[in-house]
Amino acid sequence: MRWLSDDKLKHLRSVVSEPDFSATKYTFVKELGRGGMGVVCLAEDRELDRLVAIKVLNTPELTADFGDRMIREAQIIARLEHPGIVPVHDVGTLPDGRIFYAMKYVRGSRLDEYAAQGASLRDRLRKFQSVCDAVAFAHAHGVIHRDLKPQNIMIGSFGEVLVLDWGIAKIRDDPRSSAFHQTTEGAVIGTRNYMSPEQARGEVDQLDERADIYSLGAVLSFLLKDQPKVSKAAHAISSKATATAKESRYASASHLSADIGRLLDAEPVSAYRENAFERTSRWVGKNRFLVLLVLAYLLMRIFLIFTSRR
Amino acid sequence: MTDPDTDIGGPLHKFPVTHHSAIINARSDDQHIRRRAFDTILASYWKPAYKYIRLKWRADNEDAKDLTQGFFANAFEKNYFATYDARKASFQTFLRTCLDGFVANERKAGQRLKRGGDVDHYQLDFAAAEHELAAHASSTLSPEDYFHREWVRWMFTLAVDAFRQRCEESGRTVHFQLFERYDLSDDEVSYASLAADFGLDTATVNNYLAAARRDFRRIVLEKLREITATDEEFRTEARSLLGVEC
Repeated sequence: MRWLSDDKLKHLRSVVSEPDFSATKYTFVKELGRGGMGVVCLAEDRELDRLVAIKVLNTPELTADFGDRMIREAQIIARLEHPGIVPVHDVGTLPDGRIFYAMKYVRGSRLDEYAAQGASLRDRLRKFQSVCDAVAFAHAHGVIHRDLKPQNIMIGSFGEVLVLDWGIAKIRDDPRSSAFHQTTEGAVIGTRNYMSPEQARGEVDQLDERADIYSLGAVLSFLLKDQPKVSKAAHAISSKATATAKESRYASASHLSADIGRLLDAEPVSAYRENAFERTSRWVGKNRFLVLLVLAYLLMRIFLIFTSRR
Repeated sequence: MTDPDTDIGGPLHKFPVTHHSAIINARSDDQHIRRRAFDTILASYWKPAYKYIRLKWRADNEDAKDLTQGFFANAFEKNYFATYDARKASFQTFLRTCLDGFVANERKAGQRLKRGGDVDHYQLDFAAAEHELAAHASSTLSPEDYFHREWVRWMFTLAVDAFRQRCEESGRTVHFQLFERYDLSDDEVSYASLAADFGLDTATVNNYLAAARRDFRRIVLEKLREITATDEEFRTEARSLLGVEC
């Protein structure tokens, strides 16, 4: 018998852990990424002759009724037809029991990569507002994402914004729910830096839309980081969204989106009470052309008065 | 869902039913079934058990040989493995705990089993195990982690051997040879060089290797299925064996 060295063993384990799609209509192409929740692969859908992204979840917890529940919840997620939500095409299990779901393969950059490419503050805020709108749509359909972070947001080739990875989403008002991933009280699922305190404590039953609001606030904070000339109002929006007490956060993603819209339009935002000087500065900033025009007119009048006296 | 874009469902029906499990068969009243189950367990665990005794119990090689033989002989005679309860721990943990108990009792009683004495003698390649021990003598793992790693190594070794045998029996020796050259050899080779060596085109090499890896994966999981009692234990061990962290 051949003795397997540590390196060879490691290699063979990776060969075996490569998702086995032989019982499906997909052909493995390559691994796109690997995280705490599972592995994302690029695969070819042989029936429809197109590329798809497939996420294979780590935990194959297929209890007696879990398969049925998973399908039911996947159907709800798949019905989220919104330009900002990446469509789920398929869900199933691999021969080793791992759960997978297939989604549209989005070409483009992740939000963190997009930010690293030097996007302006205004562009960042516009993209962020689109994320809020997509999440608000999901919330309106009773779906809570639970893992919003820059790595799960894609900026497509045409500048479109897509929220990915609904694999641990929770269907509101269904106590047994957690889309494709079974979660129990005390189980911590998500990404620490973007996770609300209640989610980090594993209070699964306490999670509602405001857990996503917190994550959105953390994403906004990420986008504002290292940016010059970030207004206090922008920071206040981020702080309000990431308030420790969920009652202090925005009541909905729509409200958060609206505040971002006001920020972009140089209108007062609900998260920040400005003083007279700030109000004036903002008004001047917003009406810069008019102010310059008036100033030019006044200067001209003064000049005319001055010259006519001479 | 009939919408071609949204095919919810997937091949749930492809999920394998519970196959032959040596752990379950170890409880059989039929002596022959029980013997076969025991042989499977012995084949899967003797080497990690031997290495574990050498490392944790600091036994010399002769002592470790006797303790390994004695443990498995005792386990069969007293039907240890029939008492395993999958709800309490994995079989691997159960076996290791039994092994610790056995060695501790032997040490305590000072009843070192005499070679050629009162224990069954299984044909086990201790010399190879000893050679492997020398290759990773500087391991910093805890004895428990070491046992697990050596069990994983042994499972893969057995799977490679089974894969080779099956390829030979089914006349697919080229598949195994490609797998051996590409995935087992220390030399780095490209698909193109393999294609040239085997007189194939690179697409065929690609297809053969994909099929070989698929078959190898299936054999690994079959082996695992044999030595797990329940679906849940199988999946947990599969995660562990496949190196996927939860």
